[in-house]
Amino acid sequence: MWKIFNIEVYKIFRRPRTYIAFAAITALIVIIQLGLYVDGDSYVDFLMSGLKDSFDFQGKILNGYLVCYILLQLLLVHVPLLIALVAADMISGEANMGTLRLLVTKPVSKTSFMLGKFLAASFYTLLLLIWIAFLALAVSTWLFGTGDLIIQKNVYVVQISQDDVFWRYAGAFAFAFLAMLAVTALGFFLSVFSENSIGPIVATISIIIFFTIMSTMSIPLFQHIQPYLFTSHMVNWKEFFDEKLDVSDNVIKGSIQNVQQLYNSAIVLGIYIVVFVSGAIIIFKRKDILS
Amino acid sequence: MTEEIIQVRNVSKFFKNAKAVNDLSFSVQKGDVYGFLGQNGAGKSTMIRMLLTLIKPTKGSIRIFGNDLATHRIDILKRIGAIIEKPDVYKYLSAYQNLALFAKLSGIAPTRSILMDELKRVGLSGREHDKVKTFSQGMKQRLGIAIALVHEPDIIILDEPTNGLDPQGIADMRNLILHLRHERKKTVLVSSHLLTEIEQVATRILIIDKGKKLVEGEASTLFDPANTIIEIETANNENTLLKLQESQWGQYIQPISGHSVKLKMHKKLLPSLHQWLVQNGVEIISIIPRHSLEDLFLQVTSGKNYVENI
Repeated sequence: MWKIFNIEVYKIFRRPRTYIAFAAITALIVIIQLGLYVDGDSYVDFLMSGLKDSFDFQGKILNGYLVCYILLQLLLVHVPLLIALVAADMISGEANMGTLRLLVTKPVSKTSFMLGKFLAASFYTLLLLIWIAFLALAVSTWLFGTGDLIIQKNVYVVQISQDDVFWRYAGAFAFAFLAMLAVTALGFFLSVFSENSIGPIVATISIIIFFTIMSTMSIPLFQHIQPYLFTSHMVNWKEFFDEKLDVSDNVIKGSIQNVQQLYNSAIVLGIYIVVFVSGAIIIFKRKDILS
Repeated sequence: MTEEIIQVRNVSKFFKNAKAVNDLSFSVQKGDVYGFLGQNGAGKSTMIRMLLTLIKPTKGSIRIFGNDLATHRIDILKRIGAIIEKPDVYKYLSAYQNLALFAKLSGIAPTRSILMDELKRVGLSGREHDKVKTFSQGMKQRLGIAIALVHEPDIIILDEPTNGLDPQGIADMRNLILHLRHERKKTVLVSSHLLTEIEQVATRILIIDKGKKLVEGEASTLFDPANTIIEIETANNENTLLKLQESQWGQYIQPISGHSVKLKMHKKLLPSLHQWLVQNGVEIISIIPRHSLEDLFLQVTSGKNYVENI
């Protein structure tokens, strides 16, 4: 399996297509950072306009931590589309190139072959997230400095002390990785069914869009199934940025408001990953390679 | 004593309602160049893909090196090299990178000099580090051969290896097969629609049609001059047939098919036959001795002459 993993990682990073996602992420983040750097105060004024009557804000609200939060909110919805480009191509792309038949005639078990490929796609996803973390967090804090993180939730505002923020981002990125792994697994699963990459890539993106719409619409029918949709849980990295209050309504530093929600979401995403990857392996082992 | 290195027993493969391979049995002996023939859609590629575990048989068993392919897949594949139709490799990698990658997948870790030597052997010297997307079809085929041979397999399976090659490439492929057999003592199973190429290299031949075996046998037997079919066309075929039946040639007459008279006899008797026909006033339009693989192939795939295990 590790032999396949090494080979697949080597192949992934030899393909120009791989760097499209990195280039797109870089361009997006740099443009947003530039926009906020030039005119960020107006943007923050707009965001906080509803709160200015009730709160008196002092200090620098637009710091690197807030910029990172804004970037994650914007990007983590779209990153799955970039992940689909690689994950949904893992098997179908080989079938399309005609290399799948050569690979399968090599003395490697089909389970190891599939696991190695999935791990390689996961490694790509991990590197993409590390790159996002570097640009969104490291570069933003360098450009905008640090400070307390002030986030407006639906009906309240959360202020997280700057010395309590970093571990939350580490947790948020780890959770985002799990969420993106579910997308990777979905793309990987769909790639088994096709002999060209376009079908599985479009199907992966379509499913994510469809599920996302169902996850966000407050229609009773949809609300019944929302807990079972992986897209409902993908956005729960935000739980890391909500703090518990004690009986005196004081913030408990280093706490998370709804830890159970995080666990539940992690379990649901984990189940999706296991089901998609196992399904892909079982189907691949039974499948005739006709490409 | 000959060793049966591949044993295929009653193998069938059904796709929905289509029978791609139907109860096919054959065996390949060590050192054979086994020619696998059939028209397009006859089931050759399906059978070859079953030997390489790309397709699962619906029924039957395949044993290679004495082991069941279904249960010893990895051990068996370590000893097999293959080119399946056109050799598709990674176009964004160089020839060297492709070879190194597939060598690793084949379970070996050759040194740089071994890989370079392998590329040199197939005529890719000087192009080792060029991306495969700049290669011609012939060069890709040569790289495919290097990939198939880099781990020194005992069996080489070539499915339509001459597809897309120019005459020089076809001749090179023929020489390679002969080299593999004589110099490197390999067993080769080769399918092709180019019958003359098979004829020149095969030691044993299997012809299939609609997934079923038509003929299997030693090439030397199949092309035995003692079994040459002489096809005679004359101004009056019926009259010629009567004359032949009443003569010493009557024992060689074959059932009538088409517009000619056919005799099955040793090729060396042809001058005597010709002389006899002239002496008996037969107006000859043509006399054609048929003994090539193409004739055999057309004969058996026409559905008129099903022969087994000659």
